[in-house]
Amino acid sequence: MKKITSKLLLAVVAVSLCVAPAFAETIKVGAILAVTGGASFLGGPEARSLEMMVEEINAKGGVNGNKIELIIKDSAASPEKAISFAKQLIEEDKVLAIIGPSTSGETMKIKNICQQAKTPLISCGAAEVIVNPVASYVFKTPQKDSYAVKKIYMEMNKMGISKIAVLAGNTGFGKAGKGQLLKLAPEFGIEVVEVEVYDKKSNDLSAVVAKIKANKDVQAVINWSIVPAQAIVPKNMRQAGWDVPLFQSHGFGNIKYVEAAGAAAEGIIFPAGRLLIAESLPDDHPQKALLTAYKKNYESKFNEPASTFGGHGYDAITILAAAIGVGGNDREKVRTAIENLKNIPGTGGVFSFSAEDHNGLDIDAFQMMTVKDGKFVAYTGK
Amino acid sequence: MTTELFIQYLMAGITYGSIYAIVAIGFNIIYNTTGIINFAQGEFVMFGGMIAISLLQYMPMPLAIILAVLITMLIGALIEVCFIRWLKSPSVLRLIIITIGISIISREVAVHIWGESIRSLPYFVGNEISSVAVFGARVSSQVFWVIAASALMVVCLGIFFKTTSVGREMRACASNRKAATLCGINTQNMVTLSFVLSAGIGALAGCVMSPITHSQYDMGTGLAIKGFTVAILGGLGSSGGAVAAGLLLGILEAFSVSVVPLAFQDAISIAILLIILFVRPQGLFGSKEAAGLSEF
Repeated sequence: MKKITSKLLLAVVAVSLCVAPAFAETIKVGAILAVTGGASFLGGPEARSLEMMVEEINAKGGVNGNKIELIIKDSAASPEKAISFAKQLIEEDKVLAIIGPSTSGETMKIKNICQQAKTPLISCGAAEVIVNPVASYVFKTPQKDSYAVKKIYMEMNKMGISKIAVLAGNTGFGKAGKGQLLKLAPEFGIEVVEVEVYDKKSNDLSAVVAKIKANKDVQAVINWSIVPAQAIVPKNMRQAGWDVPLFQSHGFGNIKYVEAAGAAAEGIIFPAGRLLIAESLPDDHPQKALLTAYKKNYESKFNEPASTFGGHGYDAITILAAAIGVGGNDREKVRTAIENLKNIPGTGGVFSFSAEDHNGLDIDAFQMMTVKDGKFVAYTGK
Repeated sequence: MTTELFIQYLMAGITYGSIYAIVAIGFNIIYNTTGIINFAQGEFVMFGGMIAISLLQYMPMPLAIILAVLITMLIGALIEVCFIRWLKSPSVLRLIIITIGISIISREVAVHIWGESIRSLPYFVGNEISSVAVFGARVSSQVFWVIAASALMVVCLGIFFKTTSVGREMRACASNRKAATLCGINTQNMVTLSFVLSAGIGALAGCVMSPITHSQYDMGTGLAIKGFTVAILGGLGSSGGAVAAGLLLGILEAFSVSVVPLAFQDAISIAILLIILFVRPQGLFGSKEAAGLSEF
């Protein structure tokens, strides 16, 4: 009797060993995010959004029955770490695809590594150079910075502003933004009369504000960065008694910066995804349902306000999950599947990819916003 | 350059300078009693600001700041007792490595407690957009709090070291540790006290500067580098030198933006540090003989 039982058991084990992988495959997805360090306000919400979404997907039984295993690596915004993590994820963990890195600088360092290893990369970095020129395996979810620049310049044209000062942080995001600002200015008849770049660790910029304030031609200031200086520049400007319009980049879409800048944040104009004003969108807007759901889930789970950055992580995993649904656990098929995704609503906009467009968003993904009474509201002009 | 712009640069420079000077004084106090550079000095500043911000939910601001300073002093004491006190005749290099370790651990602890977001104390007077006119230039009222707090600390420390018996014992410990021990001074307690003092100074600095510069778990490193530069520039161990060098560096940095691009601001301070180390290692105000005697 005993013998039969053990034989039976053996048989069961053998059968289950053969069958198991066929119906319950685990799909490994890597993520390189700046969970700590100077860009942690990007990587933190991104990592939490990813964890939340993967939990949600797995609770529903995974993608086509396959569970997703998420491996998050904290790069602390260091390009060197991003490179070694990328190699580790591709070669040792053999992940299907990589989400991240959080910053544009890191993404550019691993773009070629992923391309050569034929591993899809869905970056959360904003700079346009990530997908222009297109690398067949590299995608990104944040809106292109050139669209943000155009949106700002269009607003300036409306307001009759033609001479501006540009401030930028010395990060990948800041440098790329500065490049776009200078390149696109002539198209809109705008002249950049002052340009300054500050260190990402700067904690007081009153001296440089005094310098550009002394140039009486300046009608408006654009401060392009993702670092805490986004809250410092407005404070220093208002303290100096200077009240020209201040424009910031889509990097300002985090209510913590508004809190840090306090009263000085009032009236800052910036382009951003619609997550920040989800509640006030019309009910038939394609993003409304998902934005309010994401915001509600994120805020109740993590007890902190949702930011557009967390949204980039949300979009990345949403797109990847959709592609896995088509292509399964195969890098090449998933890559092709992403290129063929159309009309996928995300937090950053409605994504429609193609072989030429690896961002999938158009200029309408941005909405001009401003700060009123410590809250983000849609900017309607003066 | 107009007078207005000149004053604006000058005030910005004095603000940076006061902050650097306080951090440098913190370096000096510990250097004087132990002969080491405490690279966790910037973390004391961070702890002061962060603890005060957390306490603010439960109490009014003056109380929160006082309590934050006391808690940071306790942290300083704990660090000395746990990591430094029990070492038997440690080498300078080993002590320095330990303080670097403490600085890294402190940052990790801070990121786990407070997360990675930036915070700040509210302005002591007014808010983010209020400012005071000084000869046509406009500066934040908080700037005066920073300058006043720095000046107050320098004066109080001077009185403490010159007139009180504990202060004199600490100075004795600084000039010759062995002789001080022979005179019956408990040098180990003096070392602990020096950590407590410099933690307290750092914490107070962290509180008054928080509205201007924000507090973040990793703010300490940058401050430590600037404070170190200033301490070297002023001559290690000299408080007066630290104040003069701090103001000098701050004002140089502020005025440098009118000539070179802003991005070079930090390069200037590092260049000054290197030049001083090559040309005048005892610092601008330090004496050559004293520098020759010290271990580091």
